[in-house]
Amino acid sequence: MSMQAHAESPAHHFDHPEPTTFLRKYVFSVDHKVIGKQYLGIGVFMAVAGGLMAYLIRWQLAWPETPVPGFGWVPEPYMYEGAIPPEFYNSMVTMHGTIMVFFAAMPILLGAFGNFLLPIMVGAPDMAFPRLNMMSVWTLGVASLVLIASFFMPGGAAAHGWTGYAPLSAKAAYTGVDWGGTLWILALALEFASFLMGGVNFLVTAINMRAPGMSLMRLPLLVWMQLTAAVLFMLSVGPLVAAAIMLLLDRTLGTGFFLPERGGDPLLWQHLFWFFGHPEVYVILLPGFGIVMEILPVFARKPIFGYRSIVWSTIAAGALSFIVWAHHMFVSGIDARLATPFSITTILISVPFAIIMFAMIATLWGGSIVLTTPMLFALGVIATFLIGGVTGIFLGSAAVDIYLHDTYFVLAHFHYTLFPSVILAGLGGLYFWWPKMTGRMLNETLGKIHFWLTFIAFNCVFLPLFLVGVGGHHRRIYDPYQYDFLKPFQPVHEFATMAAIVLILSQLLLLVNVVMSLMSGEKAPANPWGANTLEWQTDSPPPHGNFKTVPTVYRDPYDYSVPGAALDFLPQTHP
Amino acid sequence: MTTEHSMTAPRELGKLPFGRAGIWWFLASEIMTFGGLLGAYTLQRISHGGWHAEMQHLNAYIAALNTLFLVTSSLTIVLAHQATERGDRVRARNMLWVTVALGIVFLCNKGVEYSIEFDHGYFPWTSTFWSFYFTMTGLHALHVAGGVVWNTCLAIAASRAIWPKVSHRVEYAGLYWHFVDVVWIFLFPLLYLS
Repeated sequence: MSMQAHAESPAHHFDHPEPTTFLRKYVFSVDHKVIGKQYLGIGVFMAVAGGLMAYLIRWQLAWPETPVPGFGWVPEPYMYEGAIPPEFYNSMVTMHGTIMVFFAAMPILLGAFGNFLLPIMVGAPDMAFPRLNMMSVWTLGVASLVLIASFFMPGGAAAHGWTGYAPLSAKAAYTGVDWGGTLWILALALEFASFLMGGVNFLVTAINMRAPGMSLMRLPLLVWMQLTAAVLFMLSVGPLVAAAIMLLLDRTLGTGFFLPERGGDPLLWQHLFWFFGHPEVYVILLPGFGIVMEILPVFARKPIFGYRSIVWSTIAAGALSFIVWAHHMFVSGIDARLATPFSITTILISVPFAIIMFAMIATLWGGSIVLTTPMLFALGVIATFLIGGVTGIFLGSAAVDIYLHDTYFVLAHFHYTLFPSVILAGLGGLYFWWPKMTGRMLNETLGKIHFWLTFIAFNCVFLPLFLVGVGGHHRRIYDPYQYDFLKPFQPVHEFATMAAIVLILSQLLLLVNVVMSLMSGEKAPANPWGANTLEWQTDSPPPHGNFKTVPTVYRDPYDYSVPGAALDFLPQTHP
Repeated sequence: MTTEHSMTAPRELGKLPFGRAGIWWFLASEIMTFGGLLGAYTLQRISHGGWHAEMQHLNAYIAALNTLFLVTSSLTIVLAHQATERGDRVRARNMLWVTVALGIVFLCNKGVEYSIEFDHGYFPWTSTFWSFYFTMTGLHALHVAGGVVWNTCLAIAASRAIWPKVSHRVEYAGLYWHFVDVVWIFLFPLLYLS
């Protein structure tokens, strides 16, 4: 054993010298900070693509089959002088969901923030497996290329919905999309491989490479949430990998796993997909919450309320997420006796999340709140996620869900959970850690305008859609107004679409801010916000190896306004 | 509560070697993948009649022989690991080569079994039972092939100067190889004997 311990000494892993060539430094880098930025690049690129798809979808819902402004250049048969045909609309709905969940949310929240922050926050010089880390990001790059390539295949991109329900997805003839659907499966398989490798790295780094004194109960909450997310992903994605193999064989080899006429079972796909699908929601949600948890105490100048309760609630929510999947299937023809237990577990999951929400609000209580841009975004997450969470309780109840299933109520519900955790928390995290990532400050005034436009526009898009959903409007309808009873909803759709356009355009403010910051931004000090966690106790941006000397941790991550202390914050390295 | 640490104290690296921690997490996700397939197969088999009759066309003798090869190879990789721990490089190399050979024999045997089934007109698309059979054993065979490649790399490394730097990986390759073995231990009774 002694020989092994020697072979795996830290020196063996981390003595890679600081790279000097451009390729080694920025392209084939093994430095977790560069890899984090590469993830950010891929995630933002895909998010822009997914956002433009949302624009196309919204335009079609407000003014069906009219030319979409700015899209007249798209050739036939994708679009006809800017108007969207039904097949392309189906592709847009599918790819918007796929891209936003797998190629924007996960790369930004886990890939970018996880990679950049997790090693620094635990006091490590890099990830446990730096080369595996590089392989993860490159695998994601290939996956993204495969997904983009699927648009240019005959028949276009996948059109079976992001959930890939069989039998629609199991035979090319059903959607008229042949290679697009197959490449969709391939892209997802590569994405899963990428985040499995990433998850191994996160877990080993945070468990094995903590700095002296960094006990588990002194980890910043973002690290806890990233870890829980990594475990959830690793334990839930397996059955979907199995299902993806089966679906691929159904499409290419002519097997009949999910085809009823061949003796297969379409419900099997739903079980395997949602066994993964529900934990996946928390894979995205928890890192977003982690970002909020880091921002709140810094700008409330107060310790986080109930650290241990938050940790245990996070783990409990993660564990419960494995036994709720059939709540997506209440109308799919499952045994009615199954509906009640799954209703109970689903509603039970609101207990740990309520604890987390109350802990966030209690952290604000009596604090000296500073309304910086990151803080505004964090508060925005609390306000909007509350609506998303509460409407989830409605849907968890089988009796209510049978009426609301697959309506715009569901759509509004999950946008109210995922938009806060991905976009609002992601933007808040970007404003918060941008000085650390680049060494330059962002403009606060522009940031605040950006927040208010984003926040108000988002609510204007999705709040009315709850009402549309309760009115009986099903989602994924190409032209709703072919049905008389949906015609009165057109003004609501028009309003939501105009708000969506404002929402997309207001993101240009971030672009302006980022460009200005990189060109002529104020130099960022090491600790601009007066924060305690380890990433603020090193240079902005951190040097190669993150710390000049190994940091030693003496205290909890959120020691703000400690009575008798000289400053209102005591960094974790403060004895 | 404060724990005193000198700034020059060596970094605490936890009890687990990195590679061992990593391979266990990887295997956890693999268990879920095969678990999903096995669970789906079992539930489908319970809810659909007639699979028992189709199962009769499988060749349990070839599969039993294969079980023997794979279980034996699990023993030889343990012996390789033991020899590595003791620093007996030649024995470690030999045991790795035996493991590789047994893996290849397993794969050849599986190939013979597939070709017999194709001759009798049983293909992956023949029925849902055959779909499951070929998917599960095929995915397992791919894992065996991956393990053969990994063990071959280690066996070659055992004759080279790089060995002291990579010899600890015999343990990780062994963990993976045991996992592949265990999957087969589940597949054999579920497909051939039930």
